[in-house]
Order: sequence, then C-alpha cells, then structure tokens
Amino acid sequence: MSGPLDPGALRQDFPLLTRTVHDRPIVYLDSSATALTPRPVLEAMDHYYETTHSNVHRGVYRTAEEATGLYEGARLGVGRFIGARDPANEVVFTKNTTEALNLLAHSWGRTNLAPGDVVVLTELEHHANIVPWLQLADERHIVLRYLPVDGAGRLDLSHLDQVLDGAKLVSVSAMSNVLGTAPPVAAIAAAAHDAGALIAVDGAQSVPHFPVDVAGLGVDFLAFSAHKMLGPTGIGVLWGRAELLADMPPFLGGGGMILDVRTDRFLPADPPRRFEAGTPPIAEAVGLGAAVDYLSGVGMDRVRAHELALTRYALDALDARFGSSCRVFGPPAGPDRGGVLSLALGDIHAHDLAQVLDQFGVCVRPGHHCAKPLMRKLGVSATARASFGLYNDESDVDVLIEGMVEAGKLFG
Amino acid sequence: MPDLEELYREIILDHYRSPRNRGELASPPAHRVEGFNPLCGDEVVLTLVVEDGTLADIKVGGTGCSISQSSASLMSAAVKGRPLADVEHLISTFKGMMSIHQASLAEEAEGEEPGTAADHGNGLAPGPETLPGEPEQVDPEELGELAALQGVVKFPVRIKCATLSWNALAQGLDELGVRSA
Repeated sequence: MSGPLDPGALRQDFPLLTRTVHDRPIVYLDSSATALTPRPVLEAMDHYYETTHSNVHRGVYRTAEEATGLYEGARLGVGRFIGARDPANEVVFTKNTTEALNLLAHSWGRTNLAPGDVVVLTELEHHANIVPWLQLADERHIVLRYLPVDGAGRLDLSHLDQVLDGAKLVSVSAMSNVLGTAPPVAAIAAAAHDAGALIAVDGAQSVPHFPVDVAGLGVDFLAFSAHKMLGPTGIGVLWGRAELLADMPPFLGGGGMILDVRTDRFLPADPPRRFEAGTPPIAEAVGLGAAVDYLSGVGMDRVRAHELALTRYALDALDARFGSSCRVFGPPAGPDRGGVLSLALGDIHAHDLAQVLDQFGVCVRPGHHCAKPLMRKLGVSATARASFGLYNDESDVDVLIEGMVEAGKLFG
Repeated sequence: MPDLEELYREIILDHYRSPRNRGELASPPAHRVEGFNPLCGDEVVLTLVVEDGTLADIKVGGTGCSISQSSASLMSAAVKGRPLADVEHLISTFKGMMSIHQASLAEEAEGEEPGTAADHGNGLAPGPETLPGEPEQVDPEELGELAALQGVVKFPVRIKCATLSWNALAQGLDELGVRSA
C-alpha cells in the first residue's frame, strides 16, 4: 500500500468505535494506555478457541500440534516485525512490558551486576523501567544514574559520556508515555556500547507507533506489550540477542522451562522456553500475531506518518483555540515526537478536565501516568493525556477541543 | 449536561475556588496528617488541634481536583470547633453517604436502557470503601452543605477524591488516640 492511510476505512475494523457514551459517539484518545482491538485480531483468537485450543509443547494429537504451530508461528511473526535476526530463539513471551523488564532485571541483573555497578536510566521512564532497578539497588546495592530531561522534554545528552562512564547497562524508553518524546535510541546505543555497556529499550510506546528494527537500532534488549499494539492484554515480549539470553538464568520456575528435573536439582531449557514457565498465553500469542499482521498490512511508516500529521494538527488547533492557557508538555511535533499530548488547561485539575470530556464521549487519561519522577520534574501532579492510534482522525481532536471549551466555561 | 451539574454543584465550585481554613498550623503543637490518592496524585495535609474534647482548630493543605479540595474545605468548615463526638458522627455519616448510594445506583441502572449501566460504572469501576459499622441510613439534612457532594456517588472513581480528607481526619484522630471506636 502507498499514500497516507485512511482512518475512516480502518475505523470499520474496530467494533468498539461503534459504541456511544452519554449518547455521543465514543472518541477514543487513550491508546497509550491500551489500544483498541481490530476484528481480525478478535477473529483469530475466536477461531483458535473454536477450532484448535490445546496446550502447547505437550500433546502429540492433531490440535495440540496445531496449537504449538500457531504459538511458535506468532513468535516468528513478532520477531520479524521488530527485525530480529533469530526470531525463534530471541523472542520471549511474557505477561506484558512490566514483566519483561522485571525478567531482565531479575535474570540478567542478578547475574551480571555486583555492588557499585552502574545502571543508567532516564528521567522519562515509566515506573516499569524504574522500580525493578530500584528493587535490585536495594538488594544488590547497584548505583542508578538518570539521564536528565531538558526544558523541551527531550533527553539532555550533553554529558552522555560522563553518565555512561563505567556503566554496565543503559535502560531507556524509546518513547515517553507522558511527553511523546522519542529519544535517539540508535545514538544512545552506540555510545553505550562504546562505554562497554549493554542497552535495553522499553518499547511499550514505540513499537506500536514507529517502525522498529532492533538490528538497525543496535540494541541488546527490547520490551513491549501486545495490548498497546492492537493485540490482547496478557501477553508481552522480551526480545534479546540470542547470545545474551543464552547466558541468563530462568526467571520463574515450573513446567515448560526445564530439560530435566530431579528431587534435588533441575536443568533449564534453552531460550526462549527457559523464560516461559507454565502454560503460556496461547490465544493471546495468536492475537498478537494477528495484530502484527494487521499493522504490517497497514505499514508502520504510514501509521507513523498519520499519527505525526495528527499530532501536528492537534498542537496547532489547541494553540489556535486556547493560546497560552493550554499547556502541552513535550517537544514540538517532529521526527522525535510521538502522538501523545499531555495537557494542562488553565488551572483546571486533570481529573476535572477528564470528567467533563467524558460527557462528550472523549476518553483521555488523567493522572501521573506511572511516571512520578518525570511529573515532579515537570512540576505538575497530574496531566490529562490524549494519545492517538491509527484509527484517530481530525474530528476526534475537534471533539476534544469542544469538551475542553466546556470545561473552561465550568471552571473558568 | 445534567450529570455534570449534579457533580459540580455551585457550592463545590465555590469551595474549590475559595477554600476555607486553607494553610498549615505549626506542628507541633498541632498534629499533622497526610493523605494520598495514588491513582491521581491528589494529596491533602491536615493540621489539627484537639483541646478539651473538641477539634479546636484545623487547617487544610495539599493539591488536587475540585472534588478532593472542596470536600476538604467543606469538611474543615463543618468540623472546626465541634466536640469530637460530633466530628466522629459526621465522619461516619459522610462516609455512609459515599457508600449507600452504590446500592441504589445498581438498582437504578437496572431500570435504564441497555448499555447505560456500564457508563455509570455499575460494578465495573472501583467501588466506594465500605466499612463495617457504618450507618445504613443517612439523612442528608444532617450534613448541611456537605450534602452537595452527594452527586459524586454517581461517579464511582471520584468517591476516593471526596473521601480523601475524611480518611486523613479519621487517621489523625486515631493517631491522637481520641477516637471512641
């Protein structure tokens, strides 16, 4: 396909968009929290349950073989989607991004980090990429350093070499869920490797909205969630370079992750199954595979171009309507900005703004967005966040603004 | 927007714009207690002085939405200078108002058109706290201006905003060892 994507046509694939809320059509602007699910993903999961459902990697009967094939096929599809060189061995299915990052901290961190070792994070991070490292710092006395955010909401990389000096790992978000900032991951990865550190990427926001190629970026680990990329809840991914995963001990123990168990010891399986204890989310893997096919069918370049154009439209429209009384945090629309708008309208509290918007059918997220260190840096306790998906269009922004005008009247 | 008007009554907006008893008493001698709503980042800081069985003075600090801030302001006006027994009764009456409507909300939703029940968070959103021993019948007359916050129960997620300062007050009285219960 070529040319800009047609959100009007794509919207037909998303049953939830036919719903009304308070007698108005729903205006879904919370894709950073979770994305809506298109019919082909729902149908793929239904079809699996109706025709194939069996446990994987166990039975020799026909449907069990088919289920295993679907599960492993999803692994290959997801791996290809992010440019993995060895999808069969490098894609680990987890519960979500949070569990993927916990797996990394628990398994790689406990094996490779000693007291005094440095892990570099950034002030943009979601709690999912802070708390596991804080837990490790409590237990292993590792040292955390943070790359600062500048006034425009970008990472300040002016002292990158100093911050990286002596670091063992850099773990950085490829797109902020609060500001939309998309840091230069490839440059940070190169600098990290020069400093002798590995680099892990929190791709929860970037994988659904940007073309992502792990080989091109030169990163070592990538974590992301299916439900933010049109897939189901309950499944996420940790991708890691095969040779790194091979040296990592298991995270959770149980069935499926072993080669042999005796009463006094066990032998773990090879990756990725080493990290997939218990019955995995099979239908969810099928759904994620279908989501990846759907996104590939649309084309991630077109998704990105559409969302950037919509972000530009929204920023211009907000400025034209509200001027300086509406603050939008984060950098201006451009190559390093995703479709996330953290808004503050006058002195109206984010909860109140979101409550009024709900009456217009508009779904936005008020609060601290699980990024309290960043919110402290911005000097706000809460923002109202509108975030885009490929199904949003300019009319959604227009209704958002209509609701904001009403909120301004009520609280002005 | 009738729902919004019910939530944001004029008296609530008035207390939000012009909060009563705003500030912080020197602590000590005042007792200081903080309340947080981790969902939205709202926080309330109460400083209390209890003398001779009365809540002699109270100041309210912190930041938050119109519901949490107006509820704290209304509360401070209602409890300041009152005997502790009255304060406790008011806490229990207010929290009762914040929970009993959940039941009637569910009944009400059953009679509505299909599809609207979920909009009201009927069983889908976090419900109010229900504590054993709370009164089952609440007379809004008893609450005076505080009855303006009744509309909040139709918005279950916001109930925690309304009860934030009340929970902090109860906690402060507990810490001071002056609660009868």
